[in-house]
Amino acid sequence: MSEIAQELTVTAAAFRSGAMPVTKVTRKLWQQAAGDLSRGLITLLSLWADHKAVYMALLNEDTKHIGVLRLDIRRDDFPSVSQFHAPAGRLERAISDLFGIRPDGADDTRPWLDHGRWQISHPLGATEPAEGPVVYEFLPIEGESLHQVAVGPVHAGIIEPGHFRITVQGETVVRLEVRLGYTHKGTDSLMVGAAPERGAMLAARTSGDSTVAYGWAFAQAVEAALGTEVPERAIWLRALMAELERLANHLGDIGGICNDAAFGMMLAQCSVLRERVLRASMQSFGHRLMRDIIIPGGVARDLDDEGHRALLALVASIRAAFPSIVALYDRTASLLDRTVSTGVLKPALARRFGAGGYVGRASGRDFDSRRDIPYAPYDRLTFEVPKRDEGDVDARIWIRIREVEQSLSIIMQILHQLPGGPIHTPAVPVGQPRQGLGLVEGFRGDILIWVALDAKGRVARCHMRDPSWFQWPLLEAVIEGNIIADFPLCNKSFNCSYSGHDL
Amino acid sequence: MVLVVALAPLLVGIVRKVKSRLTRRQGAPLIQPYRDILRLMRKEVVLAENASWLFRVVPYMVFAATWVAAALIPTFATGLQFSWTADLIAIVALLGSARFFLALAGMDVGTSFGGIGSSREMMIASMAEPAMMLTVFSLALVAGSTQLSTVADYLASPEVGLRVSLGMGLVALVVVALAENARIPVDNPGTHLEVTMVHEAMVLEYSGRHLAMIELASALKLLLYVSLIGCVFFPWGIAGSDDGIAGYLRGAVLYLSKLVIAGVLLAVFETSTAKMRVFRVPDFVGIALMLALLGTLLLFVSRSL
Repeated sequence: MSEIAQELTVTAAAFRSGAMPVTKVTRKLWQQAAGDLSRGLITLLSLWADHKAVYMALLNEDTKHIGVLRLDIRRDDFPSVSQFHAPAGRLERAISDLFGIRPDGADDTRPWLDHGRWQISHPLGATEPAEGPVVYEFLPIEGESLHQVAVGPVHAGIIEPGHFRITVQGETVVRLEVRLGYTHKGTDSLMVGAAPERGAMLAARTSGDSTVAYGWAFAQAVEAALGTEVPERAIWLRALMAELERLANHLGDIGGICNDAAFGMMLAQCSVLRERVLRASMQSFGHRLMRDIIIPGGVARDLDDEGHRALLALVASIRAAFPSIVALYDRTASLLDRTVSTGVLKPALARRFGAGGYVGRASGRDFDSRRDIPYAPYDRLTFEVPKRDEGDVDARIWIRIREVEQSLSIIMQILHQLPGGPIHTPAVPVGQPRQGLGLVEGFRGDILIWVALDAKGRVARCHMRDPSWFQWPLLEAVIEGNIIADFPLCNKSFNCSYSGHDL
Repeated sequence: MVLVVALAPLLVGIVRKVKSRLTRRQGAPLIQPYRDILRLMRKEVVLAENASWLFRVVPYMVFAATWVAAALIPTFATGLQFSWTADLIAIVALLGSARFFLALAGMDVGTSFGGIGSSREMMIASMAEPAMMLTVFSLALVAGSTQLSTVADYLASPEVGLRVSLGMGLVALVVVALAENARIPVDNPGTHLEVTMVHEAMVLEYSGRHLAMIELASALKLLLYVSLIGCVFFPWGIAGSDDGIAGYLRGAVLYLSKLVIAGVLLAVFETSTAKMRVFRVPDFVGIALMLALLGTLLLFVSRSL
């Protein structure tokens, strides 16, 4: 048991009901934490900064306790975590782009989010005019008969922008390097000084397909910071929306992955089901993706009887149609031939990166924040967390299939147990600076949101960490040794967020 | 000759329509491929700065070669104008040279996708072409000629019974047709993912009338294979050179229905299977090669006995 692991004492119940305590550490202890991370004793949840300090959120996987370490900055630098623990690398590069704080000793000091097109540099720190676009240096390639293929940032389909530099030897991929940051919206800067209501809107626009999960995580953080009691009914409605969102995205993904193996039938069938979910959401919550319905203090819209019936009908119709779709997948040998043993993510790597969601669970990382860092109402619902060890595209599809079944069951439980009462209590400022942490299981994995409020209750600093921060680097690892034609298949099976990552 | 050009896009339209209906979509109208080609004809050509003369000439060359090859196949009558040149080996050669130039053009501009496409196409062709040749040989051995009209006439005559080699030849030719026409499971004609493409990756850099030529050529190629399979293995109702107008009409109607049946079958097959891994394709096409080889060998063996 390491010293740092013992420092992590905050239980789920504690940080979900009150302000998040922060442990101030020395540089020595900070480096020790980095060492423990590299030895796999603790898991990195996130790494971020404000203008005075850097923060590290950590999880002890055995006790499920978490903790936030804070290191005050001297001379614009802090000891790099990534020199010991690679998953922190891109978070550090983002910190130095946004704040101008240098990770001391980091191997990779290239800019990450900043492409030199913002006209200023370090928008959240000591701002100065920027020099203009810089040429990004990709990792050097040495060797015989290597060939580089550049894909993106603009892709042929209707997807988000991101650049993939694929080095191949014949058809085999030797290395994939991803470059992101094209959808940077300056959300961190916009958050500064925003009222919690506006902050919730910004959070809901971070990644469109996870708008409910982001809204919920932000609301959790603000409510925890201010000690707001959220009405029972609002909590249950939030879970209902979160499961509808998971259902819609998983259905879309299952079809999408199969379509990338040129099996259009699965996409057609799954799209029909996904569309039904979106229409039922429209009917019951007034928005197909249920954006801006979760607000700090509760929810903005109640579920009426008609919506209730629409959702019951939805679950019945999906339960009727889904098994035959699963059977179609399971019985199409030509499709399984593409997905089985393609893009294998090794369990050790998934654990090291703390990969959340289907990426982690398909590679033996048995973690779901709904169960392990529980929050209401999931502590009163019964559900299983599927886990597989193969780590290939097929396993990631099966995790999604099982989660669709679990979500259907959770939706039914919620619909049957939904309590009455009010749906909103105002979140009142407490007159002093407070900070809170929100941790919600989105469909991709755990979304972490850290909110520091000032004395007037406005956002002083908000950090949002999408699960994709730890999944993008794993995609690079997974594709190695596969053939380049399987890249879309692997990519779709990860389905990482661009917008949630680029902020 | 005009007939094949006029009909080719229709066959593509049928396949697309049936595929759409099978995946619960409305689908574009049957004449959409015609509209696409007309639209492309009217658009300007965007050429890469480093494109050579070869890049500009290739579309016409590919189209011309494919058109001639397609025109040599007896569609509904054997008494073709060019019957004396209609040698199966000539057809294979014409298609081969069309592919050769297309692959060259794919590499000409020097984009990474063009190179990937060309190399994959050549890999597939190296298996598909000999399979095609061997099928031709076994046909020639049965019919005693490589002249297509003679072959079709002979096979339509009652003296040909059920032959194992012909069955093998049919399977081989169908596999070759799937591979050559960039259909699932070898290639996905409907994808937008550049790194998975074979045929499409080669022609990514083409636009305007050049692209129209290439699209028309690939439609022709599909029609060519369907007609070839139709006239050689299912020659029922094909009109002889001395049949009257009635015979021609009957042949034409039967030919059209053969096309529709082939289009529907292709669409059903494509919807019910996923694409193969690139390195599985040689195995798949290799089956065609083996079958064709076996077919030919069997003929030799049975003859010498």
